[in-house]
Amino acid sequence: MLDDFLVRATLASVGVALAAAPLGCFVIWRRMAYFGDSTAHAAVLGVALSLMLSAPLFVCVLGVCLLMAMTVSSLSGKGFAMDTLLGVMAHSSLAFGLVAVSFLSGIRIDLMSYLFGDILALGKTDLAVIWAGVLMVIGLVTLRWSGLLLSTLNPDLAHASGFNPKRERFILTLALAIVVAVAIKVVGVLLIAAMLIVPAATARPFSKTPEMMAIVAAALGATASLLGLRASYVLDSPTGPTIVSISALLFILVNVLLKVIPAFSLNASPSSDQST
Amino acid sequence: MDTNLVACDSLAVHLGKRQVLHDITLSVKAGEIVTLIGPNGSGKTTLFKALIGAVPLSSGVINKSSELNIGYVPQKLHIDETLPITVKRFLNLPGGHSKTVISNALIQAGVPNLENRQVMDLSGGQFQRVLLARALLGAPNLLLLDEPTQGLDHRGAAEFYRQIAGIRESTGCGIVMISHELHVVMRQTDRVICLNGHICCQGEPQSVSDSPEYQTLFGLDSDNEAALYLHQNHHQYVHTGNSLNA
Repeated sequence: MLDDFLVRATLASVGVALAAAPLGCFVIWRRMAYFGDSTAHAAVLGVALSLMLSAPLFVCVLGVCLLMAMTVSSLSGKGFAMDTLLGVMAHSSLAFGLVAVSFLSGIRIDLMSYLFGDILALGKTDLAVIWAGVLMVIGLVTLRWSGLLLSTLNPDLAHASGFNPKRERFILTLALAIVVAVAIKVVGVLLIAAMLIVPAATARPFSKTPEMMAIVAAALGATASLLGLRASYVLDSPTGPTIVSISALLFILVNVLLKVIPAFSLNASPSSDQST
Repeated sequence: MDTNLVACDSLAVHLGKRQVLHDITLSVKAGEIVTLIGPNGSGKTTLFKALIGAVPLSSGVINKSSELNIGYVPQKLHIDETLPITVKRFLNLPGGHSKTVISNALIQAGVPNLENRQVMDLSGGQFQRVLLARALLGAPNLLLLDEPTQGLDHRGAAEFYRQIAGIRESTGCGIVMISHELHVVMRQTDRVICLNGHICCQGEPQSVSDSPEYQTLFGLDSDNEAALYLHQNHHQYVHTGNSLNA
């Protein structure tokens, strides 16, 4: 069964969606969208390292992403605003990565597959690495759910309940780096952030609790992956971008339906106009 | 009743290179209501954070009674509108409380039957009380309340303080709260500690509000109504200019 490239592509994209969507909820709640995007951009430097050293892609990308996240976390608030640091770090690692890759001969074509993903070319080993990463992320987020959620709500409340918000933040950063490292071959560095954010944003109006939002987001992400894969087969379009397009169409559809039929929402108040 | 729940001895705290607190020696007993008062940047919230272990001490010690169980109400908790959460789920995080315990805590805090409401739909006053209910869940013997009446009008604030006094009556817990409204809390508080990096003065509410240290700190005469008015003005204009080495 795994010999069929379409089966491998389906398993890979559904796996990434299942890990990325619940994590994307935290990215949205903590207003880290730009952080996620920057981490993904930095991954290009990891790709370059992996090609130069002939080292495993997963390890190199994970290392670079973690290094960038740590640097940003430790430098923020010390004379630089967070988004300034992210802008500097993300784009310079992207630029250094692109320059480094240009020195290597014969991989110019490969680069496109890292920027936009090349899901149909995944091998069995790739699939195994992706699912190992996916299970790690789902495990981390599930096991640390209460601590992550409470630190997101308020770091002091987390402290008072015996959690260390800094450790929870590190766990989130680690999970984010793992998702980037496994998603790079599926949707490519430029579209990873969309896998995180779009399903979570679509899930928000249907959700009364954080848990519900994470589960709905995962379901929406997986649905978009399946539909996107099918659509890209029919339309002969690039798979990663097609998946993200379907995901975005779901977002638009849901929000248009909400405007037309307000009762469509399960939640009393998807908008902020009732908050005080 | 005469044993201390918590006692700080010569506490100092630095945030970065800035010394925020120094020479803080104080203690709180069960059944006692203590009000912390001081200008912005005087280290009130930092003192709370030191008590719950959220910031490290640069010197001094905090002796905690073996039975100490802190219920904490943080200042200005903002729940992002992107995060859907019911009151019930918010109270039961990290979890382990039964339905009855949760509904009793809401009753005790004066906001019964809010369980299924979305937190972001609550009014300011309701939300403050939900935070109080959250702090009461673990049956604490020391409540730390950081500006619990922020955003409430005077009547709402007075009601809130009566509720706090009622909780002290029924549970016998010690309560430390940060407040700007000395004249409102006066009737409900046993002791006032005036903070500005260090403890400027402390004692019974009336003696503190009459003391020259208190009046110098807030730059006002002894009339309490004028005190409140001037203090609120002081808030708007002075944000970062407070010298901590007073």
